[in-house]
Amino acid sequence: MATHLILKKIFNTGIVSEPAPEANLSLRQREQELHADILKVFGQAVTIRHVDAGSCNGCELEIHALGGPHYNIEGIGVKFAASPRHVDVLLVTGPVTRNLETALKRTYDATPEPKWVVAMGDCGCGCGDIGAMFGENYATCGKISSVIPVDVEVPGCPPTPTALLQGILAAVSAAKKSF
Amino acid sequence: MQINTQDWNLKTIAPHIWRGQMEVGQLLALAHAVKDEGGQLQALWGSDDRHLNAGYSIHVAFHAAAGLAWVSVALASEAPAYPDLAHIFPQADRMQRATFDLLGIKAEDAVDERKWLRHGAWPADTYPLRKDFSAAPVRELDAYPFIQVEGDGVHEIPVGPIHAGTIEPGHFRFSIIGDRVLRLEQRLGYTHKGSEKRFEGMDLNTGARLAGRISGDAHSAYAWAYCSAVETATGSAVPPRAAWLRGLFLEIERIANHLGDLGYLGNDVALSFGFMQFWRLKEDWLRLTARLFGHRYLFDCIVPGGVSVDLSDAAPLLAEADRLEAEVRSLKAIYDEQAVLQDRFVNTGTCKPEIAARLGLTGLPGRASGQAWDIRVQFPQAPYDKLDVNMATHRKGDVFARSEVRFAEVYETLRLIREIIRQMPTGAIRADLTATDDVREGLGWVESWRGPVIVAVRIGANSRLDRVHAHDPSWQNWPLLEIGIIGNIVPDFPLINKSFNLSYSGQDL
Repeated sequence: MATHLILKKIFNTGIVSEPAPEANLSLRQREQELHADILKVFGQAVTIRHVDAGSCNGCELEIHALGGPHYNIEGIGVKFAASPRHVDVLLVTGPVTRNLETALKRTYDATPEPKWVVAMGDCGCGCGDIGAMFGENYATCGKISSVIPVDVEVPGCPPTPTALLQGILAAVSAAKKSF
Repeated sequence: MQINTQDWNLKTIAPHIWRGQMEVGQLLALAHAVKDEGGQLQALWGSDDRHLNAGYSIHVAFHAAAGLAWVSVALASEAPAYPDLAHIFPQADRMQRATFDLLGIKAEDAVDERKWLRHGAWPADTYPLRKDFSAAPVRELDAYPFIQVEGDGVHEIPVGPIHAGTIEPGHFRFSIIGDRVLRLEQRLGYTHKGSEKRFEGMDLNTGARLAGRISGDAHSAYAWAYCSAVETATGSAVPPRAAWLRGLFLEIERIANHLGDLGYLGNDVALSFGFMQFWRLKEDWLRLTARLFGHRYLFDCIVPGGVSVDLSDAAPLLAEADRLEAEVRSLKAIYDEQAVLQDRFVNTGTCKPEIAARLGLTGLPGRASGQAWDIRVQFPQAPYDKLDVNMATHRKGDVFARSEVRFAEVYETLRLIREIIRQMPTGAIRADLTATDDVREGLGWVESWRGPVIVAVRIGANSRLDRVHAHDPSWQNWPLLEIGIIGNIVPDFPLINKSFNLSYSGQDL
């Protein structure tokens, strides 16, 4: 019974997935020295570990949204994994709290090379009014790059799923940004 | 005994909100009186009042049949202490421990005196919310004495703070035999950002932006609670249309969160179809919200004195509400028919009404366990006083009941959105706050999608924020998750956790 209803619903819904956005290279903060052949192997197939380093959970709403059918991220080779040992990219939100500083560093150390870090949100990038509002204090270390090296910063409060995807793709794109 | 009688010397400061100062002995008597009439302790916090020619204060917000009573007791400036309230209201336990960590105000004779929000980032004998706090950060080992479960075949699974999925950080310590959970103990506080300290000295408009980011998924509820606290404190009126728009924003936020949760509940029982369908609907909803109001989650749309954005054309919202209702009803028919889903939902993660009442379960999980409280229903402020909200309740207290309450609230909220659009008056959407030049205080109380949010505010003579306390319903609901998991199997934990969907950031502050 339910299977029939499910199939009917899937058929009536159709495909809502949208074309992937282009990488936004302007979000890139640094170029890593990488062999061209490594990037060729990666292409745009990339596995991500999300680390909430102290976020208000606003950014997490958009990471969840990225998993929905409109964005079809697995279709373009982007997927999330449970362990840092299985990933290429750490996607980090928050102002980094002092209570999570050690956990974040350990997660970074547990991620095999080559690896990229995408900092997400105004707090994580330390930009704008909100970045300033959640700057360093007795409980936080401030932006992500004050604790671990960051490759790409995606500002916004929170950044939209499209902006986030453009940042993730920028991290692993073989194209060079002219600094 | 009713809390609104003269005996307690409480005065009304806003609809259904009472305020009073009392002695320590009266506080205990009031706590017992509230307990006796079936009320609950909603929040407990402290303040450093030494710069106001006093010592410290302990503040308690009780919720009873007459409304919310915010009472304070003045404490000494040396070794401030008050009697333990957790023996009357167990939900006070973590709040008391947090109050000690942040202010050094001690609950005397409390059973549990372990630290809570302090891990090892500031020294034990310094207190960040004291006005003269100046300690440099330290990095001590966070030696936290978990309660050990011992016996043949018992072992522990430590999980977190960084979890396997996209969820907020916290540590869960499971003691298990085989796959059955004997005990779960939580260790939270990882996302402690010092938010309450950040409010100090902030102007009133900026404070609303920070308040909305205490727990981002309940942004509108926090921003509204903060703004009503500020408006009460300054004696400012809000234009009628603004109150209706605030109601609209709160209900839009409720829909977005319930859709997401219903999708994840499907996902966590391997029905990824449910996840994809509900997240399709959520994404459409968020995009419409952004198109109408400029932000997918309505961030910074509720501001002191009113709202920052108007609804110019209601037609797309009404059309989407109709489409959404038909879609959700068709998906509910599938959830109802799906045997595997029902098998995993029913009798999983149960909090019976008796334990829910004893431990103070509140908000949405509370309503799913027979705790029939919804501020919009019993203590309505504008616009809810004109809306006649129907409360969704259930008595089973399991994942199924929490899912049923979400479905019912989606339908009711869509009805409210239509009704708000129909009744909303025209006019201004924002008024200036009344200027003040003395110390003022106020409190806001709003039913977020998750449960009741409280924001208490004290404004200094310089018209800047002096002390702000934000209270998330997750404070009292987290301990019930420890109860709900007992006897369940470990693989059901993600499902049970998601069915509560509590805030880490909201309780970590």
